[in-house]
Amino acid sequence: MEHKEKPKLAMYWASSCGGCEISVLNIGEHILTVDQVFDLVFFPCIADFKVSDVANYPDGYIDLCLFNGAIRNSENEETARLLRQKSKVMVAFGSCAYEGCIPALSNLTSKQATLATVYDDNPSLDNPEHIRPLEEAEVPEGMLDLPEFYDRVKTLDQVVPVDYTIPGCPPEPEQIWAILQVVVAAFTEGAPLPPPGAILGAGDRALCDECPLAREEKAVSRFYRPFEIDPEPGKCLLDQGIVCMGPATRNGCKALCPRVGMGCRGCYGPMEGVEDQGAKMLSAIASTIDVGDPADLDEEELERKIEEVVATLPDPAGTFYRFSMGHSLLRGARPEPEAVTEGGGS
Amino acid sequence: MINEKVGVYVCHCGTNIAGTVDVHEVAEWSGRQEHVAVSRDYKFMCSSLGQDLIVDDIEEFGLTRIVVASCSPHMHEKTFRGACLRAGLNPFFLEMANIREHVSWATSDKAAATQKAKALVKAAVERSVYHKALEPIPVTIEPATLVVGGGIAGISAALELAEAGHPVYLVEREPSIGGHMAQLDKTFPTLDCSACILTPKMVDVGQHPNITLMTYSEVEEVSGHIGSFQVTIRKKARHLDEELCTGCGICEERCPIKVVDQEFEAGLGKRKAIYRPFPQAVPKFPVIDEEHCTYFLKGKCKLCQKECPTHSIDFTQQDEVCQVEVGNIILATGYDLFDSRRIPQYGYGRLRNVFTSLEFERMVNAAGPTGGNIVLRDGLTAPKSVAVIHCVGSRDENYHEYCSNVCCMYSMKFAHLVHERVPDAEVFNFYIDIRASGKGYECFYHRLLKEGTHFVRGRVAEVTDAAQRPEEEGKLIVQAEDTLIGAQRRIPVDMVILSAGMEARHDSQELAKRFGLGCDFDGFFVERHPKLDPVATMTEGIFIAGACQGPKDIPASVAQGAAAAARVAGLIDRGTIMMEPVKASIRTDQCSGCRICNNLCPYNAIEYHLETNVSEISTALCQGCGTCVAACPSAAIDGAHFTNDQLMAEIEGILWDQRETEREEEEAAVPA
Ligand SMILES: Cc1cc2nc3c(=O)[nH]c(=O)nc-3n(C[C@H](O)[C@H](O)[C@H](O)COP(=O)(O)OP(=O)(O)OC[C@H]3O[C@@H](n4cnc5c(N)ncnc54)[C@H](O)[C@@H]3O)c2cc1C
Ligand code: SF4
Repeated sequence: MEHKEKPKLAMYWASSCGGCEISVLNIGEHILTVDQVFDLVFFPCIADFKVSDVANYPDGYIDLCLFNGAIRNSENEETARLLRQKSKVMVAFGSCAYEGCIPALSNLTSKQATLATVYDDNPSLDNPEHIRPLEEAEVPEGMLDLPEFYDRVKTLDQVVPVDYTIPGCPPEPEQIWAILQVVVAAFTEGAPLPPPGAILGAGDRALCDECPLAREEKAVSRFYRPFEIDPEPGKCLLDQGIVCMGPATRNGCKALCPRVGMGCRGCYGPMEGVEDQGAKMLSAIASTIDVGDPADLDEEELERKIEEVVATLPDPAGTFYRFSMGHSLLRGARPEPEAVTEGGGS
Repeated sequence: MINEKVGVYVCHCGTNIAGTVDVHEVAEWSGRQEHVAVSRDYKFMCSSLGQDLIVDDIEEFGLTRIVVASCSPHMHEKTFRGACLRAGLNPFFLEMANIREHVSWATSDKAAATQKAKALVKAAVERSVYHKALEPIPVTIEPATLVVGGGIAGISAALELAEAGHPVYLVEREPSIGGHMAQLDKTFPTLDCSACILTPKMVDVGQHPNITLMTYSEVEEVSGHIGSFQVTIRKKARHLDEELCTGCGICEERCPIKVVDQEFEAGLGKRKAIYRPFPQAVPKFPVIDEEHCTYFLKGKCKLCQKECPTHSIDFTQQDEVCQVEVGNIILATGYDLFDSRRIPQYGYGRLRNVFTSLEFERMVNAAGPTGGNIVLRDGLTAPKSVAVIHCVGSRDENYHEYCSNVCCMYSMKFAHLVHERVPDAEVFNFYIDIRASGKGYECFYHRLLKEGTHFVRGRVAEVTDAAQRPEEEGKLIVQAEDTLIGAQRRIPVDMVILSAGMEARHDSQELAKRFGLGCDFDGFFVERHPKLDPVATMTEGIFIAGACQGPKDIPASVAQGAAAAARVAGLIDRGTIMMEPVKASIRTDQCSGCRICNNLCPYNAIEYHLETNVSEISTALCQGCGTCVAACPSAAIDGAHFTNDQLMAEIEGILWDQRETEREEEEAAVPA
């Protein structure tokens, strides 16, 4: 019988904050089991591998690749393609890889505007010559090149085929460990893998299902931001006018945020069958607004009252699309190729 | 993997579609699209030959989806579903693309029309492959019917149904049935006495064993659906015991309080605080008007109670609220008269001898306040000259643009009655056009011409008492441009009658909401189809009849009442009908019990179960409006036949040319 090799594990960060890696490490002592079971072959956060190492692996060499981070620039994309080619199972790990997360909110403006904010319009900056990163620069040592900064942030599955998705910002350690156990069982004992395309480490219902707060019929006459109100304990936050994305978000995190009085932000992404999490929640939120019996109001008054309630909902894009802009039907602002955006530059 | 065989049928609709859309091109192009197995164009798809094309192709090619590009589904969805069914295909595998109302009738630009027709066909094809087989839901029809409004339309409907052996609840807001017709004197064009033809019918209603008459009552709430509506009715307190009252009228005689009767006598006469609107009222019981009764105002009097021989007066009586269950509802709530005060230059309310048409009806009525004498406001003087102004508030962009349909005819009726009662008086009818299109109506017009009525063609600018010439002193001067002779005319008269138009009831919107039907811009109830389905509405089981649907005369109101009754009787006879299975349902394994949908359903079809923490939709109550489907943030609610898949596919289809350009751009952008 052939010597049984350990399955090979890779984890990579593209455009991300590093929280996903921390979450993996947060599985605690199980990390030792991971080390026992897997051969680490690429994991820039904790071990010194080079991309060239990966390039030298034969195709399909990596058994499991946990890819976190969004595709912000050409380097992210190249690495994604490379890892896809070298991996048997490619997992979009965490919200950035899955649906764009915070980086994808910049799809609401243009590349120029983003660069202008980062290199010019910032009180802590001093850049009188408006220096911008170049893709190529001549230096005495030769030609330097930097990755191309894209117009739009893409999700992993918009760039390469993805086998599984693990949602969360970041995914919860218990869920990660549970998935790793399934994978380990598959690789070591030949147990079946989940069906391709599956969302792992999350449930099939919305967060409310595991939220302990008591819900009633909804009738909200104004919304509150977290600092504006002391939530009444035990009572559904949305019922109290605190925006909670729970109804539009997959469960699996055990409703950590609502349990401590903070509305769900929606990081576990939409439910099966939802095309656009933000739009879904907006239409749900709209239907909770209560301005009294419309029959008692004339059209203008009705509109005014609704406007008043809506005005208590600041930053709808950042609130309802905080994690899902990359995957949304909205996609982002229409790119204006050569437009000079607010704040100048370019 | 989608593996459906779609047949596409592009209809010419004679030249209706083919005149603008290149139907051959659309059919030929469709044939090359994904999923499409057969594609044809044909002159009239709705003809039996057109339908046979579909049936034969389903059998020959094993088609699994049918797309018909023709008119609105309102017209022919049933027709083509029927064709599918005949060929053994589930009727919900049909999808229609409306390339007539939405395309050929909307533009004359042939290229754009053809392009849009393609997009609609593509959308229909893409959508259809996601269609699911659906089975209609059987519903039992409760045999009782609710008729709302006891004017001539409601009376006709109620009697037709009752005669056919079906129970009817007739709910009337006023103390008596009869509606406007009871106020009229003679009816055009035959001049038969309105009361003489109406009262027997009213009596029939009052006595019919199958009719439960509820007057002085209003419908407060309606829930349910065709076959089984639950209706809450408030019966206002009449303050007398109907079991005891004999309708002798002694109470009315003795009551010391006289009130101007704004309703039945149109303000021209008076009634008592305890009253019946008119002697032939059905039912015969009076009501006490709490706003004017001395007892209710000051706590004493009770004269009526003392005098009532049967001790039927009961000041403590309260409103009664009752519930009835009915299978169908007919609305026959009639119309309001246009308020002539809204046209100040005609002087109504300011110039004493300007009358409204209803006032005049009461005046000429032998049972009315003047005993049928045509007199000025002083109650004595007969006018020597009378002006009748047509189209007051109608055919006028400042008020109602529509023609009120009856004013020309009743204006001529008035002219005739003046000639008859005050033979020396001169009558001037100011009209814009004479509309006399009913049976025998034109003949009536000719009769009036012979009787010597002066017809002046032109809209009246003003009615004034400011005399400019000696012969105008003390008269009302009607100023109008006579468009036939092309001159301004000032005609002094003693009396002016304003032929006010018919308008929708002031509360028609409210009523429409309560019964779940639509109103047009003028407030009249909207019929399912203006030509082919004039008494049905978009809500199944709810019918309309009479002037609540639009201005009309008595014969038309009666015809609609009978038509609505026939429709209802047909449903009752069937006993069970098949309801469209286009309903919402909640997938309990995906519902998290967030309760967002709980208070959204306009039909109260959604219930939350605390024990299982999921919400549930009652299929019987759901009307398939889709409100909850859109609101459900976790996509746990499916709207059958309007699923996400279907709608997204439809959108993708309609944008096919955009997608094509996008793809081309992307391909061009990829560096070689
Ligand atoms: C001055 C004048 C003269 C006319 N002369 C003629 C003529 O000579 N010949 C002719 O053919 N037509 C004539 N018409 C037209 C005729 O009046 C109408 O065609 C006819 O009355 C319409 O009948 P209807 O039952 O639809 O409405 P209506 O007569 O208005 O009856 C509706 C009934 O519904 C009741 N109702 C309303 N709302 C509610 C509610 N929410 N709940 C319960 N009950 C309610 C009302 O109290 C009323 O009893 C004349 C009209 C006018 C204005
Ligand atoms: S679709 Fe939903 S909201 Fe509409 S009727 Fe049905 S249950 Fe009610």
